[in-house]
Amino acid sequence: MSTPLLPKEFSEFEAFAPTWCLPTEAERYAQRLASTMDEIQTFYDAFFPRAEEAIAYCEKFPLDELPADAERLLQLVYSLVMVSFPVEAWRQPNVPDSGAAYLDLLIEPIP
Amino acid sequence: MFKVEKPAEGSWTAHYPDIGTEPVSYEDSISPEWHELEREAIFKRSWLNVGRVEQLPRKGSYFTKELAVANTSVVIVRGLDGEVRAFYNICRHRGNKLVWTDFPKEESSGNARAFTCKYHGWKYDLDGGCTFVQQEGEFFDFDKADYGLVPVHCDVWSGFIFVNLADEPSQSLTEFLGPMVTALDGYPFDQQTERFFYRATVGSNWKLFMDAFQEFYHAPVLHAKQSPVSAMPEVQAAGFEALHYEIDGPHRMVSTTAGQGWRMPPEFLKPTESLTRSGLFGPWDAPDLGVDPLPGINPGNAKHWGLDSFQVWPNFVILIWERGWYLTYHYWPTSYNTHVFEGNLYFVPPKNARERVAQEMAAVTFKEYSLQDGNTLEATQIMLESRVVTAFPLNDQEILCRHLHKVAAEWVNDYTNEKAGAAR
Repeated sequence: MSTPLLPKEFSEFEAFAPTWCLPTEAERYAQRLASTMDEIQTFYDAFFPRAEEAIAYCEKFPLDELPADAERLLQLVYSLVMVSFPVEAWRQPNVPDSGAAYLDLLIEPIP
Repeated sequence: MFKVEKPAEGSWTAHYPDIGTEPVSYEDSISPEWHELEREAIFKRSWLNVGRVEQLPRKGSYFTKELAVANTSVVIVRGLDGEVRAFYNICRHRGNKLVWTDFPKEESSGNARAFTCKYHGWKYDLDGGCTFVQQEGEFFDFDKADYGLVPVHCDVWSGFIFVNLADEPSQSLTEFLGPMVTALDGYPFDQQTERFFYRATVGSNWKLFMDAFQEFYHAPVLHAKQSPVSAMPEVQAAGFEALHYEIDGPHRMVSTTAGQGWRMPPEFLKPTESLTRSGLFGPWDAPDLGVDPLPGINPGNAKHWGLDSFQVWPNFVILIWERGWYLTYHYWPTSYNTHVFEGNLYFVPPKNARERVAQEMAAVTFKEYSLQDGNTLEATQIMLESRVVTAFPLNDQEILCRHLHKVAAEWVNDYTNEKAGAAR
């Protein structure tokens, strides 16, 4: 077993961590586009029921002093937000009719 | 649904009779020749917003701004005296771009005590004065005091930094912005410093994207699949009606309602909206901005007010939400049928992870909508250029589009008349 990436209370999501614990929006958006709807739906269905608990867990720490495992858990929440439109609205990874359009996020808050 | 009171004249458009009601030509968005005139008449003569003071946090903080529309680059810097100044980004020796990092065409920012040209090492202080010339004695009849950076007119309003490329601007920044925009003086923009900055190249004339974000007539249709509510037949049938429109000189604004997720039953919401208490209209739980009443917003005193979109001439938008955050848009032309779109989202810095997640949801949702909007514009540009149809009806909810194209024509006509007068 490799070193856990997430707080132990959320160890059931370790399998998703290497794929979805990504620090920037650009990486999360790229992962969304590179994923199939099956992969996105599997992540969403597994994590959504405990996402409120994950937010509550991260909320206990000052935002600029998050332990590394909690920061990765927060990134997992960001990824859930990132895939929410494909699951809840589009039924596909990309925005319908968006074609080749892109919108790069160049500056964003960290974490 | 409630009824919006239109002006006594019967329509918003009739309230501003100069705007007219006839079909509009979009020749101004498909003509390379017209675009060349707009560059001179509009972008080299207007005050242009290039950023905010928070981008210059300390003495010596600087950033560059590429202004392809004027074939130039400017550097904006906070001096040792705290003043914000702007200079053309060109070395006085042999014309090299002075401030850049790695890629000459890309923007750059940082902190410096002096600017040193990469080519021959000439140095300039933060006031633009030339302070060092390599092998100065080799030059002829030379005094480096004559070789300071070329200044650009620069002024700050409510933390927004503007430049004007004219030799002598015809108006001060405050005169230019006018009473409707400067009524926002004292609005706490300076508290909303958590920033998401987006950029895209869009295959349309800059005015077409401004049009897309200055009418909401499109919203129930183009964005119909975005939420359970917008997909409802009665919502589709009702369409959209703004609360208030106002025009002041070259500037214009619209107030509308906004969704109130916290008042909706969950079946009308996406599950992640309920989870994050956030969505297109921003985090549901508004921060305390500490200013009451907020100046300048909701000038029509509309009930059910949700947002104001101030369209500041020529290419700058400030969109203020009732939930205590704001957006800016910039549309920077790169040719008659392309432009660079920049969007900034500004929030009060989050106190904890829960507030941060709500902001992430608002930012992600913003992008979903914008991607739909941006691609539609390319489709519009392509067919306008066919010139199969040359007159387009605009309805009362599209009054601001009508006004933008009218103002653009006025500025171009003023410019060509002045040039013709000068040539006589």
